[in-house]
Amino acid sequence: MSEFLPTGIQLSYLVAVTLFFFGLKKLGSPATARSGNLWAAVGMFIAIVATLLNEEVLNYEMILVGIVIGSVIGAIAAYKVEMTAMPEMVGLFNGLGGAASALIAVGEFWRYLSAAQTPPLPTTITAVLGVLIGGVTFTGSLIAFAKLKGIMSGSPIIFPLQQPFNLALLIAFVAGSVYICFSPFNLPVFLGIVGISLILGVLFVIPIGGGDMPVVISLLNSFSGLAASAAGFVVMNNLLIIAGALVGASGIILTIIMCKAMNRPLTNVLFAGFGTGDTGAAVASGSG
Amino acid sequence: MTAETLISALFVFVLATFAGFEVITKVPPTLHTPLMSGANAISGIAVLGALIIAGERDWNVTVILGLIAVVLATINVVGGFLVTDRMLEMFKKKEAKA
Repeated sequence: MSEFLPTGIQLSYLVAVTLFFFGLKKLGSPATARSGNLWAAVGMFIAIVATLLNEEVLNYEMILVGIVIGSVIGAIAAYKVEMTAMPEMVGLFNGLGGAASALIAVGEFWRYLSAAQTPPLPTTITAVLGVLIGGVTFTGSLIAFAKLKGIMSGSPIIFPLQQPFNLALLIAFVAGSVYICFSPFNLPVFLGIVGISLILGVLFVIPIGGGDMPVVISLLNSFSGLAASAAGFVVMNNLLIIAGALVGASGIILTIIMCKAMNRPLTNVLFAGFGTGDTGAAVASGSG
Repeated sequence: MTAETLISALFVFVLATFAGFEVITKVPPTLHTPLMSGANAISGIAVLGALIIAGERDWNVTVILGLIAVVLATINVVGGFLVTDRMLEMFKKKEAKA
């Protein structure tokens, strides 16, 4: 990957990021929300066209096929969905975005390995982060979608020793990641951490009740921004880093605002399923 | 990636994060879902990364993963913006009726 793109592309990215920023700003107030969404969409269009003009993008035919397929599926899904089913649709879209970020990290890492090149340490670290955040976003969003859609029960799913188990998985992930940083040519370990990320996403969402899914989707939306940002570090693309960080940070703020509207702290939403002692009391006092 | 490019990218990341914290302040509850949906569409920016890694001429694992990522991220972008627009359109009709 070249580390600096031609000036024209960079300037288009600057225009795009400005449109994203003001688009988000306008989305926060009723009178301007619809035009804000349009601004952001125009920004995205500019960014995609500018990227296609990148001299490293040679595989036009297949990419255009991919864009057409994605656009058709996205448009049909957006027009078919019932108004009442909007949150789960957003959750599903969000999951696909997270999956895309994880795939970018895996793909770029794979490029180094197949060329028998040792990836630079920062690339490995950000690729691992991209896999973790993107993977958790992907499976977590799918579970949130399934819970809202009624495919699986909305009640919290808890099994014995769940938290120690989660912790053990997380430790295994960290250990695997450190190992990959020092010895990148071990494919089974890399695929192992991809797998752990996907499992962690499931385990993160199943203990949370169906009624809290909108907050969870908002949080996962913030994650998918961070995943895009991590992917931006992997391929060294400024716009990916900026737009991802923008969504990551604003998503957290929105999540907190949504929790406040329900008069509950975020930690209570995320961990109320583990109704042991103190959190149970917090729920009781919160509702009473 | 050299240490210098990493550092300048980190600066960009941190400053953009601060901008993200500031951009959303008071949002009326009816706009929570559309705002989430709009932000979600923007996070489909991952499509740029997908375009870049899918860009090579020769077929290999990276290109295939990139093309899958292009499809998924495009669904996120196109579906996300359209769904947001539909939600906001509905609000407008409601207000007009009232």
